[in-house]
Amino acid sequence: MKTMLKNLAVGAVAALGLASLSPVAKAEDPIRIGSFLSVTGPAAFLGDPELKTLELYVHQLNENGGLLGREVQLVHYDDSGDASKARTFVTRLLRQDKVDLIIGGSTTGATMAAVPVIEQARVPFISLAGAETISTPVKKWVFKMPQSDRQAARRVLTDMRERGLTRIGLISGTGGFGASGRNVTLEEAKAMGIEVVADETYNPKDTDVTAQLTRIRNTDGVQAVLNFDFGQGPAIVTKNYKQLGIELPFYQSHGVASDSFLKLAGDAANGLRLPATALLVADTIPDSDPQHGVVTGYKKAYEDRYNSSVSTFGGYAYDGFQLAVQAIKQAGSTDPAKVRDALESIQGYVGVTGTYNLSAKDHMGLSYDSFRILEVKDGHWTLVE
Amino acid sequence: MKEARAMKKNILISPYGGLLLLALILALMPLAVSNDFHYDLLTKICLTATVAVGLNLLVGYAGQVSLGHAAFYGAGAYASAILTSQYNLSPMVALLSAAAGVGVMAWLVGRPILHLKGHYLSMATLGLGVIAAIVLNNEEQLTGGPDGVGLPPLSLFGHELSVFGEYQFAGLTFTGVELWYLLAAAVLVIAVLLALNIIDSPLGRALRALHGSEIAAQVAGVDTAKYKLRVFVISAVYASVAGSLYGHYSGFITPTVASFEHSIELITIVVLGGMASTFGVIIGAAILVLIPQFLTDFQELEMVVFGAILMAVMIFLPRGLLPSVLQRLQRGAQ
Repeated sequence: MKTMLKNLAVGAVAALGLASLSPVAKAEDPIRIGSFLSVTGPAAFLGDPELKTLELYVHQLNENGGLLGREVQLVHYDDSGDASKARTFVTRLLRQDKVDLIIGGSTTGATMAAVPVIEQARVPFISLAGAETISTPVKKWVFKMPQSDRQAARRVLTDMRERGLTRIGLISGTGGFGASGRNVTLEEAKAMGIEVVADETYNPKDTDVTAQLTRIRNTDGVQAVLNFDFGQGPAIVTKNYKQLGIELPFYQSHGVASDSFLKLAGDAANGLRLPATALLVADTIPDSDPQHGVVTGYKKAYEDRYNSSVSTFGGYAYDGFQLAVQAIKQAGSTDPAKVRDALESIQGYVGVTGTYNLSAKDHMGLSYDSFRILEVKDGHWTLVE
Repeated sequence: MKEARAMKKNILISPYGGLLLLALILALMPLAVSNDFHYDLLTKICLTATVAVGLNLLVGYAGQVSLGHAAFYGAGAYASAILTSQYNLSPMVALLSAAAGVGVMAWLVGRPILHLKGHYLSMATLGLGVIAAIVLNNEEQLTGGPDGVGLPPLSLFGHELSVFGEYQFAGLTFTGVELWYLLAAAVLVIAVLLALNIIDSPLGRALRALHGSEIAAQVAGVDTAKYKLRVFVISAVYASVAGSLYGHYSGFITPTVASFEHSIELITIVVLGGMASTFGVIIGAAILVLIPQFLTDFQELEMVVFGAILMAVMIFLPRGLLPSVLQRLQRGAQ
């Protein structure tokens, strides 16, 4: 506490001239990886596992001799889910800390606020946020790890078609995630020749959706139901679905692909399917699966270190960091342009989220089948072959 | 010696001397900074201070607490975003229309809720702020929802002012970041000048009477409802203009600009810097923008330290930083 107060006093004095914020740069500097994540605030469930993952693997890398014979340093700031803060911290990372590469942006808002600053500074940036706008159209310096919701929709619809289900009911939340999911589902369904015969929405704060579900059930010829949303809404939909005794095949989106959803929905979740990354079934994934090694390795390392279970979001940070390391190795330096080119050329990197094939036209690099279809059986995720 | 002290005192206390001092400090700031990040902070300080100067008229002078001021800031920013990107208006026209629109909105909302007093008024403004945040989050076609929306760079008289551009003036090269700082600083100086004029006008005197005792003011013939409404609208327009400018500066905004937390931050600036002290709130704004940058080493403790600072100021400097310090200086001089 005492040193903190002292630091504060020093900070206050320095504030007058802003002088204390000056950079220190030397020839044999460590490799500096910058990061801005939403570790506190409403998006902390994203930022917290992401930061823990980065810290874990930066530490591990340094234990093993660093990168290109140099130490790797993680410079991290918490944007607490505020885009305006994210922008300032990114400016600080670029202009003040002079980082060689940035991994961060837990939320789409934080990422998009940072993009113009990063594009101008010409430093490679690996975003951990999901929205399609981040990588479409392609931005020269911006890469992104998670699949888009369009790919989730396509994965679900593909599974439905394989089961011969072509007339479906859609129920989505009116929040950002649900509304965007609804749009892409409608578009993809049209392209794939699947008919959306019922299209219902609910407010994310609703505590009962039986009215909407009843309308879907009473629609002629409906063969399956998809719920596109995240948060507590899907748990309520799932429970109501069970209460109404609807027997149609039921799908959820990747938005609820976490153990906490199983806890919320309880028994009602049994039998439903959703698209998710292999990380969720790390315990049961067959040895022959190409992702087996990386998924079990990450899960074990993370859970041994932090004593809490892994999440998909930490997985994005894992993949982002490994891709960054691979690109820097390949470039043989931290020259931003070379690292960027190396990132863009990475093919066949098998990560916990999927297999990345990056190119000049695709800065996300995952195909829709990197999503696995999981089914809930007896309160556990199981892989559907 | 005594004369020198008296002069110093006068410069600090006389409002227009303060304005000159402020302009001087802002003009000399570029000598103290060394990179774009510093300019970014300074620009943010100036824009935040502009909102705070406006809010201070309402809270500090008229004694009416608004816990929803970020709603006006957000409304200005979003109106600019929507008018420029969806209706192709030029940024300046959009900024002025936004300010006018927000003024009307404040007038319409202010008429009923300014009849409320004390905690009830705070609750009503708080509700206004919450509603604004919900609308921005949910009206996705218009606002882009929680993911936010982009804005084009500001253009002044047909010249684009992009943060990322480079500009030639009289043989000198300026970066967009430097020009943005100068613009924000100029806006702040104008905002302060207007505020000082308002404070010195019959409106300002009426507001102070109102702050002292609303009943006494009424008895003395002050139309308190009219003046309260007027200052409410003025402070909303301040917030709207700063919000529009911030939107163009940052190029991307999310509904957090109108969040409850942001409203609290604004009111904190006013209380911390010094209620009814126009220059005090500028210091308050500077502190609030800079603190997170100094506390990055103790991320988890940021809010704790922040709360401790607030408590310390309230206990030891109850009138806010600048007024309390000035008071001590004054006592020392006598």
